[in-house]
Amino acid sequence: MSRVIRARAIVEDDWTLAVEGLPYGAAAGKLIVPLARWRAERAALLSSAAAVGVLLPNTEDVESVYPLLADRPLIALQFPTFADGRALTQAVLLRIRLGYTGELRALGDVVRDLAFWLARCGFDTVVPRPDQDLQACRQALDEILVAYQPAADAHAPVWVRRRARAAG
Amino acid sequence: MYRYDETDRELLRQRTEQFRDQTRRYLAGELPEDDFRQLRLRNGLYQQRHAPMLRISVPYGLLESAQLRRMARIVRTYDRGYGHFTTRQNIQLNWPQLERVPDLLAELAEVQLHSIQACGNATRNITSDYLAGVAVDEIVDPRPYCELLRQFVALHPEFYWLPRKFKFGFTGATVDRAATRTNDAAVHVLRRDGAVGYRFFVGGGLGRLPLLGQEMNAFVPEADLLLYACAILRTFNRFGRRDNIHKARIKIVLREWGIERFRAALEEEYAKIRSSAEGERLRLLPEDIERMRGHFSAPPYRPSSEVAAQVTAQADRDPRFAAWLKRNVRPHRMPGYRVVFVSLKAPQRAPGDCTAAQFEALAEVCDAYSFGELRSTYDQNLVLADVAERDLYALWGRLDAAQLATPNIGLTTDMTACPGLDFCGLANAGTLGVTHDIYRRFDSLDAQYEIGPIRITLSGCMNGCGHHSVGHIGILGVDKHGEEWYQVTLGGSPGNDAAIGERVGRALARNEIADGVERLIHAYLRLRSDDDETFIECYRRVGIAPFKVALYGSESDSEAAAA
Ligand code: SF4
Repeated sequence: MSRVIRARAIVEDDWTLAVEGLPYGAAAGKLIVPLARWRAERAALLSSAAAVGVLLPNTEDVESVYPLLADRPLIALQFPTFADGRALTQAVLLRIRLGYTGELRALGDVVRDLAFWLARCGFDTVVPRPDQDLQACRQALDEILVAYQPAADAHAPVWVRRRARAAG
Repeated sequence: MYRYDETDRELLRQRTEQFRDQTRRYLAGELPEDDFRQLRLRNGLYQQRHAPMLRISVPYGLLESAQLRRMARIVRTYDRGYGHFTTRQNIQLNWPQLERVPDLLAELAEVQLHSIQACGNATRNITSDYLAGVAVDEIVDPRPYCELLRQFVALHPEFYWLPRKFKFGFTGATVDRAATRTNDAAVHVLRRDGAVGYRFFVGGGLGRLPLLGQEMNAFVPEADLLLYACAILRTFNRFGRRDNIHKARIKIVLREWGIERFRAALEEEYAKIRSSAEGERLRLLPEDIERMRGHFSAPPYRPSSEVAAQVTAQADRDPRFAAWLKRNVRPHRMPGYRVVFVSLKAPQRAPGDCTAAQFEALAEVCDAYSFGELRSTYDQNLVLADVAERDLYALWGRLDAAQLATPNIGLTTDMTACPGLDFCGLANAGTLGVTHDIYRRFDSLDAQYEIGPIRITLSGCMNGCGHHSVGHIGILGVDKHGEEWYQVTLGGSPGNDAAIGERVGRALARNEIADGVERLIHAYLRLRSDDDETFIECYRRVGIAPFKVALYGSESDSEAAAA
């Protein structure tokens, strides 16, 4: 079992990515399956796996597929390269527009220098690229502690904070 | 001038340390080259021909004397004693050493300067009308909105890894001095029935496929600046192409979809933001805008109407002062004040270059004569925006001593050029040598005054950093079997009458190009209806044909070339 960063801690991962040919049955455990597979095999998956999360391509319109995802405990989003920010918009929309509260997981070319941006966009689980140092990735989640604009984390917009300051 | 508070300072400090650590890891071999590339670009570092180039953002072109003094120190300590102003109002350093860039950035941060998102696929430095706050034709001062947007897009987590660069340009005046429609998004701040709002254009951009921005929304309410900007950036992040770097700008989405489909998608996203909690958080209150406006309040003018006669007398005595007064000084809204252009187009100098001594001289004159502030312009010159008429003569003397008073603003030798083959790793051909050759041919001021306003612009390659496609005469460096050749376009313009120049025909060799430009200008002098018809007006009236003949010498030659 590999280790991942979840809720700012390094933990053993209990999810298995099952792109195809999966281990149905008692041993299946918690599975992450691609959206196409979730659509096609939903009933079978639900009856055999302990839990089912869904992996979305970064070209998917999260708003239109959300009815299929709303009750999932985990949604995984993809970074083909860390400089491809499409999944960041997907994450923000899932969190702030669609109100998704389950686990949001970043997969792919996930490097330490992406961690801060992931955290701000509402990802709670980071699965770093194999060459990355987990400890360093974990620390990088809070690399910059000041923010101007709101995203999917707790930072209030700077203009709102300045209102409060002006009001004394 | 926007003054940083604790939030701004702390953010910049942490950002600088973040990059220091990234650089350390790269130099220690812990960070692969490809990964570091993405990070350094977003900190303004671009790999050039000889060394990395560091681009320093000058938000909406506004600088103050402490920053100029720091720039003088920085170009001496970290570079070769000069910096270069660009068409995006930024400053570039051509010779910094990577190992020292973190220290350099820390020194910049002390005076509110930075390189955040100066390069790379992110929102770039916001440009603006360089006469903001003083222009006679201004409707609304755009600077408070520029700064509000600057803060919104700086390190925006959702929009930090865009398909390609994204540029915003602002104006709040009736004359567009910021080439706004060459930006990915142009924001025109205006009034409708007394209420402030924004007219948004999207999809402009130069480079391989030069296009002008198209109107997307004629009036977005003042409170919704960040909502609409968010809708644009989100639409771009979702739908911008990532499979081909040459097709990744937002203008390509617009072209592939058509305006109507793009506008529908953008308006749908805007509507969703507007009706959601996200919109609530992004919506500005009047007090937010008022607070920001307070940073850009007018300086304590001492209006006077008596000095005009004195200035005239000085001009009568000193013809060099008179020439400068005529070409480099413009009206101001406040009686007794003028706007002064500082020319960075002296003979034998690369357009836009500024030495350490000049940075220092500028710091002194702006402290003495213009309330401590200076602006950089789209045309790679500088502006002292608030000069009292009584100080003009003294100011001129000091600028002249620093070789900053060439009286050529808007004329033939006021050329705009990218650094070209001398510095840029992407260049096909040199630009600086060509500007020198053209300069030599038109060095006489009388000749330039005779020709009148003209915009000659040069880029060393298709990327078009010298804005050749919106020059009245645009010159583009191309590579032909390893040799430097130059393609000429005519009739471009970046302003209210924005247009993309038309290609004339075959490229000219390095030793032909300056002669070609000279022939074009002589053709104009022959063709113009009277002395008042400018080059661009004449071109628009008579069309490309006679200029084509002039450029290539004969009709048949130009035909053969076009084939
Ligand atoms: S136009 Fe080309 S040569 Fe000139 S600076 Fe841009 S990339 Fe370099």
